[in-house]
Amino acid sequence: MVKPTQVTNVIRALRFAHDEMTQAELADQVGVTRQTIIAIEQGRYSPSLEMAFRIARVFRVGLDDVFQYPDTEGDLS
Amino acid sequence: MAFEEKRAWVMMVVSVGAYTIYVVTILSRAGEGPLADVAYAGTLLWTIGGAIVAAIVAHIAMAVAGGHGADRTDERDREINQVSERIGQSILAIGALAVLVMAIAELRHFWIANAVCLAFVLSSVLSSFAKIMAYRKGGFQTW
Repeated sequence: MVKPTQVTNVIRALRFAHDEMTQAELADQVGVTRQTIIAIEQGRYSPSLEMAFRIARVFRVGLDDVFQYPDTEGDLS
Repeated sequence: MAFEEKRAWVMMVVSVGAYTIYVVTILSRAGEGPLADVAYAGTLLWTIGGAIVAAIVAHIAMAVAGGHGADRTDERDREINQVSERIGQSILAIGALAVLVMAIAELRHFWIANAVCLAFVLSSVLSSFAKIMAYRKGGFQTW
């Protein structure tokens, strides 16, 4: 139905690196629903810049350490 | 399941349920006579009122049953809600056009009122369906 975003993320790995933080705990700290965290992790939802910063702040890392975008752009049409 | 998805299911069930009750009630009153002669206004208003109350009660019950923070919504919910409502409103626009034609044709109030009612029900169902699909299939974002 919807083309997946090209933005990838390592939220799942970061959660496990932070005392195996659960999706619910991350959602609470970011102030969103657990379903939104799941959608972001699965690449079904691209968060706003503000939400992306809030997620990065929870892990105390930079935005680039959480979200990645491919150097070579694919078909953007 | 997201709280807003549950709400969409409730809205769809309540809308379809209430309209079904209304239609069955009106048809059972019609008997052999013309449908447009049936007293519909009171039943229509009571059905709409009942549906609103049922949706509110179900919403409160879900929030209470879900515990603390169960009814939390975020920007993704708002985005999905806005697009779904817009999709549902397309039916209202079609319904308004249909009613305009019916009024110009000087059809009886029964048909005009029921066309408006049907448009509201279809709008609610389509909006709820779009919302449910968005939660299940990945929303409305495009890149």
